[in-house]
Amino acid sequence: MDVTNLTIESILDGYKNKKFSVNEVVESYLKRIKRHDKELNSFITVCEKEALEEAKKKDEDLANGVKLPLLGLPIALKDMFSTKGIRTTAASNVLKDYIPSYNATVVDRLKDAGAIILGKTNHDAWAHGSSGENSDFGPTKNPWNKEYTPGGSSSGSAVAVAAGLTPIATGTDTGGSIRLPASFTNVVGLKPTYGRVSRFGIISMASSLDSIGHFTKTVSDSARILQTTAGKDGYDATLSSDKPKNYLKNLKNGIKGLRLGVPKEFVTKGLQKEVKNAFEGAVKILEDLGAETLEVSLPHTEYGIATYYVIQTAEVSSNLARFDGIRFGNKRTEFGDEAKRRIMLGTFTLSAGYYDAYYKRAMQVRTLVRKDYEKAFDLSSGGVDAIIVPASPTTPWRLGEKVNDPLAMYLSDALTVTANIAGIPGLSVPAGFNNGLPVGIQILGPQFSEDLLFRIGYSFEQKTEYYKQTPNL
Amino acid sequence: MKIDVKKVATLANLTLTPQEEHKFEKQLSEILTYVEKLNDVDVEGVEPTSQVTGLTNVTKNDNFSDDSLSQNAALSGAKNQNNGFFKVKAIFDNE
Amino acid sequence: MKYTPVIGLEVHVELKTQTKMFCGCSADYFGKNPNTYTCPVCLGLPGALPYPNKLAIEWCVKIALSLNCKIKEFSKFDRKNYFYPDLPKGYQISQYDLPFGHDGFIEVFKEKGSTDVKKIGITRVHMEEDTGKLTHAIVSNEKVSLIDFNRSGVPLVEIVTEPDFENEYQVIQYLQKLQKIVRYLGVSNADMEKGDMRLEPNISLSKPNTKGLPNYKVEVKNINSFRFVDRAIQFEVKRQTALLDKNQTPKQETRGWNEVKNETVSQRSKEEAHDYRYFPEPDIPPIEFTEDEITSLKSSIPELPDEKFKRFEQKYNLTSYDSEILTREKGLADYFEEVVKVGKKYQVLPKQIANEIINTKVNTEEIFPAKLVEIILENKKTETVDESELFSVVTSVLTENAKAVEEYKNGKENVLQFLIGQTMRKLGKKVDLNAVKSAILEKLK
Repeated sequence: MDVTNLTIESILDGYKNKKFSVNEVVESYLKRIKRHDKELNSFITVCEKEALEEAKKKDEDLANGVKLPLLGLPIALKDMFSTKGIRTTAASNVLKDYIPSYNATVVDRLKDAGAIILGKTNHDAWAHGSSGENSDFGPTKNPWNKEYTPGGSSSGSAVAVAAGLTPIATGTDTGGSIRLPASFTNVVGLKPTYGRVSRFGIISMASSLDSIGHFTKTVSDSARILQTTAGKDGYDATLSSDKPKNYLKNLKNGIKGLRLGVPKEFVTKGLQKEVKNAFEGAVKILEDLGAETLEVSLPHTEYGIATYYVIQTAEVSSNLARFDGIRFGNKRTEFGDEAKRRIMLGTFTLSAGYYDAYYKRAMQVRTLVRKDYEKAFDLSSGGVDAIIVPASPTTPWRLGEKVNDPLAMYLSDALTVTANIAGIPGLSVPAGFNNGLPVGIQILGPQFSEDLLFRIGYSFEQKTEYYKQTPNL
Repeated sequence: MKIDVKKVATLANLTLTPQEEHKFEKQLSEILTYVEKLNDVDVEGVEPTSQVTGLTNVTKNDNFSDDSLSQNAALSGAKNQNNGFFKVKAIFDNE
Repeated sequence: MKYTPVIGLEVHVELKTQTKMFCGCSADYFGKNPNTYTCPVCLGLPGALPYPNKLAIEWCVKIALSLNCKIKEFSKFDRKNYFYPDLPKGYQISQYDLPFGHDGFIEVFKEKGSTDVKKIGITRVHMEEDTGKLTHAIVSNEKVSLIDFNRSGVPLVEIVTEPDFENEYQVIQYLQKLQKIVRYLGVSNADMEKGDMRLEPNISLSKPNTKGLPNYKVEVKNINSFRFVDRAIQFEVKRQTALLDKNQTPKQETRGWNEVKNETVSQRSKEEAHDYRYFPEPDIPPIEFTEDEITSLKSSIPELPDEKFKRFEQKYNLTSYDSEILTREKGLADYFEEVVKVGKKYQVLPKQIANEIINTKVNTEEIFPAKLVEIILENKKTETVDESELFSVVTSVLTENAKAVEEYKNGKENVLQFLIGQTMRKLGKKVDLNAVKSAILEKLK
């Protein structure tokens, strides 16, 4: 059977209507992986045997009338997610043979909901990067043009969904690692509010910024997955105690009358012409759908990358200290260049005599970035419901183009990092193509407004239907 | 900003080759110079934000969990072990 | 003495919560097989996150309150970054600039026998997690260190004093008081031998007619008994005096106590560089206390040893000697007061009860209060005996039992019971045991 363009919804419906079995679906995905992934390199580990065994069990469950929200759904997990008994590498040689003794909360939740793990996806080692090229397991290729980067760090997850190797793959977004690759590969990428989805068991990059999300073909699929992953677990102390909303309920309510902000700081500075055009086209569509668009100001946007690279590297330097090769993994000499750079930078800015000048100042600017957003979303004083911005200042670049220029690579996150700094949610949705390469926009909203982002994204997607286009492998 | 790469590497428990030292010194200086644009922001009287959740007092009760690992599982990832212990080269701490 | 010792103290107290500070593993690690009490959190596995133990935090605050500290209404945890094989995460979760408690004090006597009181300032009381335990061994002809992470993550309270101590006597009193307090609170066994309580004095000497603190500080580690603190301080004072006499400034360093040689020895620095790069722990939201919560914690603190001691002296008319013994442990003090309550109905005086408890070392678990009152009353039903009669009988018993007397004098104290028995028999009547005992002791002097 052809699974290339199946959505979660269509798979689950297919099971219900006995159009196909779990085994058929899982087998077909595994076949596609076998056929295409040598070239794409989106998976680090494929769990063929286990997935087929699980598929058999799920078919029995279906036959026995077991009701679970994701029963029989094949999934792929970024290799930052701890999976009991399945090696979890962080795409680094430091962990190339590490087998966790426990599951991340999200992994447990997905499995408990009936999902089947197809494998673990490739990404920049430790999620450090914007192109996937920092992986110790080789770069992942963009299925729309294999000479181009799919974006990172969650390169493999984005590509696996875009190429139809899995209907959904998880990701982590610390500075744009979900939204950027989603926009480079024509898939939907969700970065939930910080504190919405448990970080427990997911290898920490920068603890105060890490957000746990996923890639899907459609917005409603994205909502469906969040419904399973969101909420308190008793293991991540930074999770909100508010119950997750019903993310599917208002999906189809339309966006008539919604106030959408377009921050002038995002649109003017260094935006590539092609991106600007695509973005303006998207704004027009949203207006056609009945939304009111307004200019808003986020004045501290230009300090986003600087703030981010101080806070993030400081936390990275501390989070990567546990990798000493004593209890698990290999020695610290196995760290790649990017990890070393970030560890060094963070160690330096936290060290005696520099803390106030760098770390403390960055935390103060963080306050200002948050306040920018708070003000923009303050409806009582002329604010907006959500903000629309491009997901990346440029379209995908060629593999190898920025590998020797770390700063240039860092700057590609300019439009995504402030959401992490402020802890707000962002949804990246496909917004068309330029020279055959995808372009995306992101919808940003106040904390815990995922339902609203889905609603806007859904309206846009129904109108544009970019998800129906698939790369020619 | 020039950065004492050797000193920082020692603090970070990283061993760098002379080539790496040279390369990182240059790259890190560039990044730090970029980061120093934060000095343009007026932060007088601004409270630092280290967390964005607004949560306080998130605690657990003093109850056992069933997450404990067996000795085998605890040691399963260790390259060096001896009789249930993790093993490292002798740490000379006046012993 | 030409120089004045300037001594400060850092004490770590391990709490006896059921579970560890940031996970649900048992904290009762002592004597267990290595690495059997661990989980992803306390083993520092990739992705694991801390979840703080409420009881441990409350206990830390209670300790702080008992040491007359102020409590911060807003505090937080911080990461203390350093590398050591017993520290699984490469950082210790601790508290840096906002400890739970700060600016407290404890009172001690200035000198032995003096009633002048000295206030020892408590700088801070903060919460942190313990590390794993390293042992050093030779395996296959190779010197190695072995690590057990059972202790990793056990809640630890660090109590830091100002450099206010002037002599080892003050230090020992402080330590005894601190130990009693945490035991009274029921938050730690404070057993030195098990490492529940760890002491790190820092010692320097200030020259006469100088202001401010000395320009160096010597920290002593690896001390596992109060006696060794006493000795270590004495040793350091002597060592540093000798150096200062030669016009040398002692080196600022960490030294270890060597209990075999009875001296401190220079320790190679544990970490090359002491730059802990503290920053706020992003994985744990801050901790806030309302005034009501602090008040309620305060009210849950039992009467502490110092107050109890004073009250026993006054209320029960006890000597400070008796009062001190009875208040060493909360359990014994409570027992005494229960017996007093029962005894009151039978006109048994607190003083008699104190005597009975102290002299006969009553097993408080076996002899219930009412039973003890009964015993005391029984003992009271004695015939009187003329003091001269008693002394003459004692004299003859001692002469007849010269061998036993000899043994007693050589340190065989249980011979005393035999001599008491002999005297009773000779007297031929039921007399007060304590009277007989003191007559014999008097004669044996």
